[in-house]
Amino acid sequence: MQSIVSSEIFIITLVAGVYLAALWLYRKTRLALLHPLLVSIPALVAVMSVLGIPYESFQQGSRMINFLLGPSVVALGYVLWEQVEYMKSNAVSIMTSIFVGSLVGIVSVICIARWMGADHVLIATLEPKSVTTPIAMGVAEKAGGIPAIAAVIVIVVGIFGGIVGPFVLNKLNIDSKIARGLSLGAAAHGLGTARAMELGALEGAISGLAIGLMGVMTAILVPVVEWVMSLF
Amino acid sequence: MLGGIFIIMAFYLLGECCAWLINGFVPGSVLGMMFLFLALSMRWVKPERVRPVARFLCDNMAFFFLPAGVGIITSMDVLSRYWDIVLVVGTVTTLLVLIVVAVLQQWQEDRRAHGRTN
Repeated sequence: MQSIVSSEIFIITLVAGVYLAALWLYRKTRLALLHPLLVSIPALVAVMSVLGIPYESFQQGSRMINFLLGPSVVALGYVLWEQVEYMKSNAVSIMTSIFVGSLVGIVSVICIARWMGADHVLIATLEPKSVTTPIAMGVAEKAGGIPAIAAVIVIVVGIFGGIVGPFVLNKLNIDSKIARGLSLGAAAHGLGTARAMELGALEGAISGLAIGLMGVMTAILVPVVEWVMSLF
Repeated sequence: MLGGIFIIMAFYLLGECCAWLINGFVPGSVLGMMFLFLALSMRWVKPERVRPVARFLCDNMAFFFLPAGVGIITSMDVLSRYWDIVLVVGTVTTLLVLIVVAVLQQWQEDRRAHGRTN
């Protein structure tokens, strides 16, 4: 029995089943708080503890699903190509927004974390929190943070930004599809993009672009900002 | 379908190779995304070939995040050590980035649209 519930076949079926049920619930209720990810994660943790599936088995079994994250980011290149007509004339404004957004992100992390008494290691770990995991881990490591914790914080931030983001955008009356997609990708990387895909193809494509731009911009700006802040 | 899988995996591989060359400064998947975009723009790749697979992958991105999301649970002890700072910094600065980018982009577009009508 234990070998079956710990098998790849069982785990993939379980994850897909739980997600589909959560998706159904979300579509029925239309409550953003019941976003499939928010429902599926605790549901899966509960099922695992009831069936006694160790986390290592879950991680092993769900590797195939996790792997598809990479190709899905590559596939955004297609969506980007499909939507490029709508953003060509906005190249300069997009770069400006991402530059300012990345700078505000880094400076605000340093200021708030310092104010709350965080040490340098924690600050360096938090700096890249709005960036896609591989870049975040690299940036955190170079800045003297802990890559593994950076990866976790990135995912937590992504879930938060992805779920809350569309509300905030509606409250602020942001109606430009480019602004909506760009801000979701910039603040909440892949999860923001997954959410932006739900809003529309253009939002999703811009959001995917924002992941790349924000990642590169933050990787460049972190050392610069750290140097400037060290002067004060 | 298989052709599409091949194309996407080939660009992913190309991206990973370039990422390795630049020490992982930018992840391979993000580079692969840019290469695929370039190849489609240059008409090296037929869009019909990638469309079904690309649509499937992009429409289900949230699902592919599930294993990583469940992984957070195992890091709870590390997170709980710094929970107050992580919580405040994580929420405040994420909202700040979201709002700054959204408002700035909207403002730039509105200003241009306004300039055009004048």
